[in-house]
Amino acid sequence: MANMSLKKNEMPHQDPKVRARNFNEVALGYTPEQAVDEAQRCLGCKNRSCVAGCPVKIDIPEFLAFVAKGEFEEAYNIISRQSSLPAVCGRVCPQESQCESKCVRGIKGEPVAIGRLERFVADYHNANCKELPAKPESNGHKVAVIGSGPAGLTCAGDLAKKGYDVTVFEAFHVAGGVLVYGIPEFRLPKAIVAKEIETLKALGVDIRTNYVVGRTISIDELMKEEGFEAVFIGSGAGLPKFMGIEGENLKGVYSANEFLTRINLMKAYRDDSKTPIYRAKKVAVCGGGNVAMDAARSALRLGAEEVYIVYRRGESELPARAEEVEHAKEEGIIFKLLTNPTRILKGENGMVCGMECVEMTLGEPDASGRRRPVVKEGSEFVLDVDCVIMAIGTSPNPLIKSTTEGLDTERWGGIIADEDGLTSRENVYAGGDAVTGAATVILAMGAGKTAASAIDKKLMNK
Amino acid sequence: MYKIVCKESLNPTVTKMVIEAPAIAKKAQPGQFIILRVDEEGERIPLTIADYDAAKGTVTIIYQIVGGTTKLLDSKQQGEYISDFVGPLGKPTETEGRKKVAVIGGGVGCAIALPVAKKFHDIGAEVHSVVGFRNKDLVILQNEFEACSDKYIIMSDDGSAGEKGLVTDALKKLIESGEQYDEVIAIGPLIMMKFVCKLTKEYGIKTTVSMNPIMIDGTGMCGGCRLTVGGEVKFACVDGPDFDGHLVDFDEAMERGSMYKDFERHAYEETCNLLNKQVEC
Repeated sequence: MANMSLKKNEMPHQDPKVRARNFNEVALGYTPEQAVDEAQRCLGCKNRSCVAGCPVKIDIPEFLAFVAKGEFEEAYNIISRQSSLPAVCGRVCPQESQCESKCVRGIKGEPVAIGRLERFVADYHNANCKELPAKPESNGHKVAVIGSGPAGLTCAGDLAKKGYDVTVFEAFHVAGGVLVYGIPEFRLPKAIVAKEIETLKALGVDIRTNYVVGRTISIDELMKEEGFEAVFIGSGAGLPKFMGIEGENLKGVYSANEFLTRINLMKAYRDDSKTPIYRAKKVAVCGGGNVAMDAARSALRLGAEEVYIVYRRGESELPARAEEVEHAKEEGIIFKLLTNPTRILKGENGMVCGMECVEMTLGEPDASGRRRPVVKEGSEFVLDVDCVIMAIGTSPNPLIKSTTEGLDTERWGGIIADEDGLTSRENVYAGGDAVTGAATVILAMGAGKTAASAIDKKLMNK
Repeated sequence: MYKIVCKESLNPTVTKMVIEAPAIAKKAQPGQFIILRVDEEGERIPLTIADYDAAKGTVTIIYQIVGGTTKLLDSKQQGEYISDFVGPLGKPTETEGRKKVAVIGGGVGCAIALPVAKKFHDIGAEVHSVVGFRNKDLVILQNEFEACSDKYIIMSDDGSAGEKGLVTDALKKLIESGEQYDEVIAIGPLIMMKFVCKLTKEYGIKTTVSMNPIMIDGTGMCGGCRLTVGGEVKFACVDGPDFDGHLVDFDEAMERGSMYKDFERHAYEETCNLLNKQVEC
C-alpha cells in the first residue's frame, strides 16, 4: 500500500543561521528510513509521466520501487543506466520543473521527492560501494570530448560504456567544468564531483587537463593528426556579460564567473588559499538566476553583512530554482526585486562605493512571454554597497569557432547543432551551453547523451 | 607535471626557466602567454612566453619575483616539476608586412619584447630596440637583443647603464632624428606603455602594447582581465593581450591591477617566511 501522505518527507538541512557562515553542504540528505517512506509515496502509475519530464529519461518508477523495498544498490543500477552523474543531478536538477512537475501525486499535494531520492541512492552507493566499474572491452574507435563539464562527462561516459576510447580535453587544471568552478561547495561538494570522475576514469576515459582546444590543439589536428574519428564540443558558456553601465570596471566589481571561480575552483574562501578574494561588507548581485543565488550566498559565507539580489523583474519571474531562492531568503539574502542598476559609484582608490538603481514596474509581455520591466519615473536611489557581482549571463566562447573552419554558429555565437548534436562539420558534434547559451546541468547532460548515441550510430555504420 | 629543464638567474630579482611542455612549444608564437600553477594549492598566474623550441619541446618563461607565487616558483630548481602549465594563450603579435619597427621594453617586460623583436628580425624588418632599466644591475637579455636589433639603445634611471633617462626620451630622439616606423611595440610597466603611447600619438605612429592584467582561466571565462579599449570592454585573454595602445585606458588598467596589492604583499612575506623555515629545517 502506497504512503498517501500529501507532503514530501522534509529534507534535513543545516540551520540557516549556521550555514550562512560556512561552506558545508546545505542539505544533509535523507536517512534510509526517510528514503523508503518517501519512495512508498510513488503510485507506480502506468503512464510514467515523470520519465517524460526527465531530459535523460531515467526509469524513475523502477528506481523508486527498489528504494521503497530498501534495495538501494539495485535502485542505483537503474539510475546509472541513463545517468553518468546521479549524485550531481540529485542535487542540482530543477526537478520542480521536470520530473516532479509531472508526478500525479502533485495534483493533490506534493509530488514524490524524486530529486532527493536520486541523491539518496547515489550517496548510498558512493558510501557503500567501493568497487569501481570495470573497463569495457575497447571497440578500437577514438572519440575526443572537449570540456569536462556535465555535457562532456555524460558524452564521455556513455561512449566509454560502449567501448570507445574516449579522451576528454579540459582547459583547467581539474576536471568537472561548471561543476567545480561554478556551483559552490555548499550546493555540490567537490568530493562528489571527483568521485563521479573517478568512475568515468575507471571506465577508461582519459582526461587531459591543461589542454585548451583552439589553442594547444585544434579540432582539425585532433581529427587529422591524433586520429580521433569524432569530436564532441562541450566547451560550455563563455565570456561573462556585463550591463554596459558606468563603473563596471571599478575595483570591487566581479563577474559571477570570476567571483565563483576564485571561491570554488581556487578555494579562495579558505585562509590557506593562495588565490585572493575581496571580502566585502555589503554586496549587490545583479541577476536572478541560479548563478546569482550562488554568488549571493557565497558572498554571505565570505562574511558579508548585507547581500542583495538586484533583479529587474518580479519574484515569479526569477529564473533560479525555487529551492535556491528559498534557501537564499532563509539565509538572509535581501531581494531587491523590480530594481535595475544604472551606475556603479566610484569611491577611494577606484573601489566601488555604491550602486545607483531605479525601480521598475511590469508592463506588457515581451517576446519571451514575460512582462517587460519599465522604469518608474523619478525612482532613482543609491544602494550602499562596496562590491557588485554581475550575474546576468554569458556569451559563447569564441576560441573554438575562430579556430575551426566550417563550424557554423548563430549570430550570437552559439554553435549550430541539429537534434542529434551534429554541427556543420562532419563527425563534429556539440551540446550544452556551447550550443544553447547558459542553461542547466541536466540539459547539458541530455545533449551529451544524445550526441553520444548519434556518434555511436555514425561510427558503427561506417 | 611539467619539468623545469633549466633555471638561470638573470639578475637579483629576475629568473629564466625553461619548461618541458611539447604541446605548447609546438604552437607558441611571440606575444602569447601561458598560465601556471606551482603546486597543487597554488594560484594560477599568467606569464608571457619569452622563448620556445618546438624541436626540443620546451617553453621559456622569465619572471620577476614580485609576490608569493613567483617567490614559490623561484624556490623550484632545475630537474624539479611544477603542477600546471597551460597555453599558448592569447593572440600572437601581428608582425606581417612591417618593414621598420621600434620595440620598446621596460624592465622584465624586455623578456616579452625579445621574441617579438626576434620575429620582426626574422621576417626581415629593421628593428630598433629601446630598453629601459632602473640601473645596470637589472639589465637583462642585452646580447639577445643586440643579436636581433639593427639599433639597440639602453636607458637607465641613474645612468649606470647606457644613457640616463627614460625609454620615451630615447624614442623621441629617434623619431625626431627622422626615423620612420611602421609600428612601435611597447612592452613593460603600464606607466611606461602609457607614456610611450602618449608620445607616439603625437607623431601618429601606430603603437601596440601587451597587456598583462589579473587573470584566472585565460580562456575567456572569468572576465577578470577586462580592459577598456576604445570605450569598449575587451578581454585580454581572448581579444589580446596585444591592443592598440592609443585606445587603451591605462589609468583604469593601473587601478584594476592594484586590486590585490595588500594580499600580494602579505602572501610574499608569508612565502618568504615559509621558505626560510624550510631552509632552517
